[in-house]
Amino acid sequence: MLEVKGLSKSFGGFLAVNKATLEVNKGEIVAVIGPNGAGKTTLFNLVTGIIKPDNGQVIFKGEEITGLPAYKTCKKGITRSFQVVNIFSRLTVFENVRISVLSQQGKTYRWFTSSKEFANEETVELLESVGLIHRKDNVCGALSHGDQKVLEIAIALAGKPELLILDEPTAGMSPEETARCIDLIKRLSQSLGLTILFCEHDMELVFAIAQKIMVMVRGSTIAQGPPDEVRRNQQVQDAYLGGS
Amino acid sequence: MAKKPLIILLLVAAALLLLPFGLPRFYIYLTALIVTMGLLATSLNFALGYGGIYQLHHGVFYGTGAYATAVMITKLGYSPWLAFIAGPLAAAALSLVMGIICIRLSKLYFGMLQISLGSLVWAIVYRWYSFTGGDDGIHGISIPSLIGSSKGAYYFTMIVAGLAMFFMYRILHSPFGSTLQGIRDNAVRSQAIGVNVRLHQLAALVMAGFFAGVAGVLFVVVDNSVFPDMLFWTLSLEITIMALLGGWFTFLGPMLGAAVIVSLRTFVSTYTEYWTFAMGLLLMLVILFLPEGVLGKVFEIWKRRKSLEVRS
Repeated sequence: MLEVKGLSKSFGGFLAVNKATLEVNKGEIVAVIGPNGAGKTTLFNLVTGIIKPDNGQVIFKGEEITGLPAYKTCKKGITRSFQVVNIFSRLTVFENVRISVLSQQGKTYRWFTSSKEFANEETVELLESVGLIHRKDNVCGALSHGDQKVLEIAIALAGKPELLILDEPTAGMSPEETARCIDLIKRLSQSLGLTILFCEHDMELVFAIAQKIMVMVRGSTIAQGPPDEVRRNQQVQDAYLGGS
Repeated sequence: MAKKPLIILLLVAAALLLLPFGLPRFYIYLTALIVTMGLLATSLNFALGYGGIYQLHHGVFYGTGAYATAVMITKLGYSPWLAFIAGPLAAAALSLVMGIICIRLSKLYFGMLQISLGSLVWAIVYRWYSFTGGDDGIHGISIPSLIGSSKGAYYFTMIVAGLAMFFMYRILHSPFGSTLQGIRDNAVRSQAIGVNVRLHQLAALVMAGFFAGVAGVLFVVVDNSVFPDMLFWTLSLEITIMALLGGWFTFLGPMLGAAVIVSLRTFVSTYTEYWTFAMGLLLMLVILFLPEGVLGKVFEIWKRRKSLEVRS
């Protein structure tokens, strides 16, 4: 479904992503792991069009989408959450999700009817599915960190993606919140048949839910395959798992 | 829930309608001027407070609306009514052109370029004596007799400004308005959910320019004159202060700010020419103690009380 070939990006001489390759098939849960600064977030930014690559190709459903701006990759069916919480902080939880639903429905240029008449059911449904409905009237800035991360996912889901990209979904979460988040991700994959690509530091989480793992070190892909294979890979152990 | 504000709004509207009876002409003029400036500040806030766009030279669209109207009436001999419609359209057109040029830059750079381009427009108006009257401006613009009297001008201003405010309110509460506020809060996120950020911002700029043009027309009706200061950047600064003072995340805040600033200028300047000193002092107090503006603070207290009521 998603194919990344030889993707590179440098920032002022620093090669953040260096000929990265990645393959994600429909329905899979794929994890990208790697030490801090390995280029995982940059890779996601390149795929979703937040920044443009210097070299390489991104192919989604057989169509080249390399360098397409973010608002277009979203319409193609790729939505994402962000590592650092990235929401509309002055708006309520409900409004946050509604904007995304409105955008998905192509209604953001409606300029005279009240917003309150649009997308209410879809928004409620989404908030229920991620378990945030009881917080719907809270201003987002006032939510706990864990809830904000879940809201991130809800906003991304509202775009009705085929491929959902989650950038460290559980970063900074308490153990209980992490467990809830894992449940959510699994459920989304099973019930909606979503293809999910995520990166994560929590190895337990990665090996618990990923069907395939891609390992990045210093911007390059050094291994890719099922969890067991990756775990046994000598190169990965040396570079990342530290032989532990 | 929304009953209380509605009642207050109706009371204010009734008071404004009855005001011309029993008040000296000067106060009728002053009130019309306040509403005009308030409309201008609200249109600025449309881009600044709701759109998060650094609209640093909004006055230029106000001036363009006013000048387009004035020139059409006095130099080109068109019907004033036609000129009243053309004014806002001219402002919107200028806003579109400047917007297309500036929107590529982000944040403060957008504002800087806008100030430069706006100053260019000012310089043209200031220098082109034969067409714009140069630094004298244009005076004694003939207004249709229906709205030529001070009362007529007053009611015309109230009706047009009321309509413009209503339209802006509707737009800001539409999906377009919600999206705009989303962009303000987080442009990157908006992109990632499929919003074409620049196109939405450009549309918002054109609308804000249009309503600034409407305010420009109202000034012509109220004052029967135009002058280059209307496009000068200090006026843009003044309306920005109005928006900040009244509360730039509230819809009616800028209107309140306009009332404060215009009154201050009118009354304090009768005692001392250093009226800006009083404004500076007031502004410092607001920034230190009411960073969300006067109306922002009122809403905050109101909300807190309401949540207390719910709890008890």
